Amino acid sequence: MRTVKHVTCPVCGCLCDDLELTIKDEKVVKVKNGCALCKAKFLGYSKHRVLKPLVRKNGRFFEVSYEEAVSRAAEILTEANYPLLYGWSMTSCEAVSAGIELAEEIGGVIDTTSTLCHGPSTLGIQDVGISSATLGQVRHRADLIVYWGSNPLIAHPRHMERYTIFRKGRFQKEKRKLIVVDVRKTETAETADIFLQIKPNMDYEVLQALRALIRDQELDVDEVAGIPTERLEEIADTMVECRFGALFFGSGLTMTRGKNRNIDAVLSLVSDLNKLTKFIAMPMRGHFNVTGADMILTWQTGYPYAVDFSLGYPRYNPGETSAVDILLREESDAALVVASDPVASLPRKAAEHLAENPLIVVDPHMSATARMADVVLPSTFVGIESGGTAYRMDHVPLPLKKIVEPPEGILSDEEILRIILSEVKRKKAEQMENP
Amino acid sequence: MKVILVTGRTVKQGFWKEYGKFSKAYMESVSVCYMDARDMERLGIKDGTNVQVSTKHGSTILKALKSTRGKHSGIIFVPYGPWINGVVDPETDSVGMPSFKGTQAEVEPAPEKPVLSLEELLKKQFRKLNR
Ligand code: SF4
Repeated sequence: MRTVKHVTCPVCGCLCDDLELTIKDEKVVKVKNGCALCKAKFLGYSKHRVLKPLVRKNGRFFEVSYEEAVSRAAEILTEANYPLLYGWSMTSCEAVSAGIELAEEIGGVIDTTSTLCHGPSTLGIQDVGISSATLGQVRHRADLIVYWGSNPLIAHPRHMERYTIFRKGRFQKEKRKLIVVDVRKTETAETADIFLQIKPNMDYEVLQALRALIRDQELDVDEVAGIPTERLEEIADTMVECRFGALFFGSGLTMTRGKNRNIDAVLSLVSDLNKLTKFIAMPMRGHFNVTGADMILTWQTGYPYAVDFSLGYPRYNPGETSAVDILLREESDAALVVASDPVASLPRKAAEHLAENPLIVVDPHMSATARMADVVLPSTFVGIESGGTAYRMDHVPLPLKKIVEPPEGILSDEEILRIILSEVKRKKAEQMENP
Repeated sequence: MKVILVTGRTVKQGFWKEYGKFSKAYMESVSVCYMDARDMERLGIKDGTNVQVSTKHGSTILKALKSTRGKHSGIIFVPYGPWINGVVDPETDSVGMPSFKGTQAEVEPAPEKPVLSLEELLKKQFRKLNR
């Protein structure tokens, strides 16, 4: 029996780095400090594993060697005209980096699950700009917290305990105020000082109404999205009167009507507030390294997601080069999915085309997507069986640890991508020699 | 009955997906539809009755559960997952993001129709598995 301290949790964008794990016979048997999601992962990850590479022949899976599976994968990718490389939010930055190289080599499109969660936030940030801070600053200084279209008690269970409401800060000793805006009374809303239950698809109107009130303009309506104007005035006052406000927004804003325009409005509201007090905004990033995937893509290509290499140089135009649009237009002719389960998460019409493509899946689990694959390359769990780097939602990079040995012979995402890349290069060189 | 469909995360969905998506627990955690108690009364259904949720994009069978999240008459809440993905609006409005929240939908009682398992659902929805 041994214990490992300061372990980073590879589940959500909070990337808590204070876990203490007890290991017995190369198995995690106890998790200290983690939330329910974290425990579910560390104690349950070894179930439903794929332990041998699989290749589909005549509709059925056959176990093969990595060599054979990689060769088939490289064949699919070199033959394709417009391959889509999708996923990337639940693996290390190092694997993402290898994936980008591969996308460039084969002239494909690389897109991350950002496209399904905070892609619109990125568009909003590119339009308006964002005033931000680290979660450490929020923890020590913020006296007003706003969660808008986000339910951290469920999706980021320790966010409130580590950084906001349930935590005392060095310079913020009194209880902080909490405002929650949502379309239903979520678990988080139950803990709020002020809860605004607004009508679905009307966030934009409420945000713009608050902007008007903060600029001392009068509203000549009695209510907005079901909220009486006096109530909105009260919120506007609370926001203006705080010393340091932090507004966290979730997919309640990005997935509803308005999408990136909602984000424009929320960031403009925060920008207005900064003329009167100190306010920051932050998207509540979901998967543990979705922020890292954005970061690495930005370094290597100049763009954060939906990057298209088909012309030989990176292009970025979400709506055109983003995964869902490419799949709905049925344009891709092969796909590689890494560390994600799009068949379970994309709208069905998009998932259908993905399944129709020759499909390569790199994943430790038998997921719904792996079930559709033509080639399955089993990989290690990053942050449990192999190390790497990940970015927390506030852009702080943290190390992911290798805690236990992977099952015998199983490679990491990064290793698998590197050998696919060299196999692709080898095949291309071969073709050049014998055209 | 006309409603607005909101999809999202739940504790159980977040928990069981870590255990594997072909598990019964995962299926039971996401093939459900949380409804306002008054809406259920109006439909004449009980906690646990199956319902059919349809939009112009497709339909699915889910188990209706009484929402414990305050009053939200006219809104149904379904966890993210393959059961509801055939029903949400795939339109990205040219920004890459489908409309997972806030889709107009229709709910009707379907006590005689079964909720499919993930394997059955995938077989029904994806031609590739039937070749
Ligand atoms: S809040 Fe997120 S990162 Fe922290 S322990 Fe829970 S799942 Fe892990």
